[in-house]
Amino acid sequence: MQKIIKSIIILLFFFILGIFFLSLNRSSNYDTEYLVGNKIEKIKLVSFEDNKIYSEQDFKKTKYSLINFWASWCAPCKVEHPYLMELSKERNIQIFGVNFKDKKTNASKFLKVLGDPYDYLAQDINGKESVNFGIYGIPESILVNDELEIVKKFIGPIDKQDLLNIKKIIN
Amino acid sequence: MKIKIFLIIFFLSLNSSLYAEKSLDENKIHKNLRCLVCQGQSIADSNSDFAITLKMVVKDLIDKGKTEDEIYKFLSDKYGDWILYNPKFNLGNFVLWSLPYAVFILGGIIIVFLLRKKSKKT
Repeated sequence: MQKIIKSIIILLFFFILGIFFLSLNRSSNYDTEYLVGNKIEKIKLVSFEDNKIYSEQDFKKTKYSLINFWASWCAPCKVEHPYLMELSKERNIQIFGVNFKDKKTNASKFLKVLGDPYDYLAQDINGKESVNFGIYGIPESILVNDELEIVKKFIGPIDKQDLLNIKKIIN
Repeated sequence: MKIKIFLIIFFLSLNSSLYAEKSLDENKIHKNLRCLVCQGQSIADSNSDFAITLKMVVKDLIDKGKTEDEIYKFLSDKYGDWILYNPKFNLGNFVLWSLPYAVFILGGIIIVFLLRKKSKKT
């Protein structure tokens, strides 16, 4: 019996040591990788131009949609903008812009100067609707299929590599 | 007249107690939600943009009549279990939840064994 107790204590010691080892080597940053495959539901976004409401049906018109959260006050949004412009030339995808906590005049000016890559443009004045998409900062983009399942999430500005990845997925 | 006064006081106290309960719940929920853009803070402790937005969403969900568990489910569906300070029991965290109990039981067994051994010797 004493031997069993000793082996249990040793096993327990190594088990706890293993847990510490795994936990300390794991990134403590928020990771959205496991949200891939989740379905976005109950979409209710107000159009930037008028009071039209965009719903799930608007995301089913093409095989893929990229939902991009941006604002004119967000510097990294300017960095990703040329890549969105390039992506807007693709046929298999529609880009759905959500203007996040922004002033309408500033947002319009931003698009006038840098170009408008969006097939649809919505506004989220107080940021509450973005919570439904799991957004916690901008720029953030979500690639969804026509079933509204998350294919990929992009935290931060879209770069050249992301653009290539998106093109690879949609073509 | 006495009945009228009693009814007024009753409804006023009922209203204030309901309000207190609601605000208490709201604060409890805030304390269990991690501020994803902060360093180890709940949204109750943070005034970041994200925390403020999340507080508004929690308030809306409470006003819609959602329960505490429904609010946690809604937010963990959107942000994953990482947003909860007190994640729900599931298969993924089974070991984490059951380990303290297992150690407690094992400790008890060891103590009983040692005590028996000691009593046998004496």
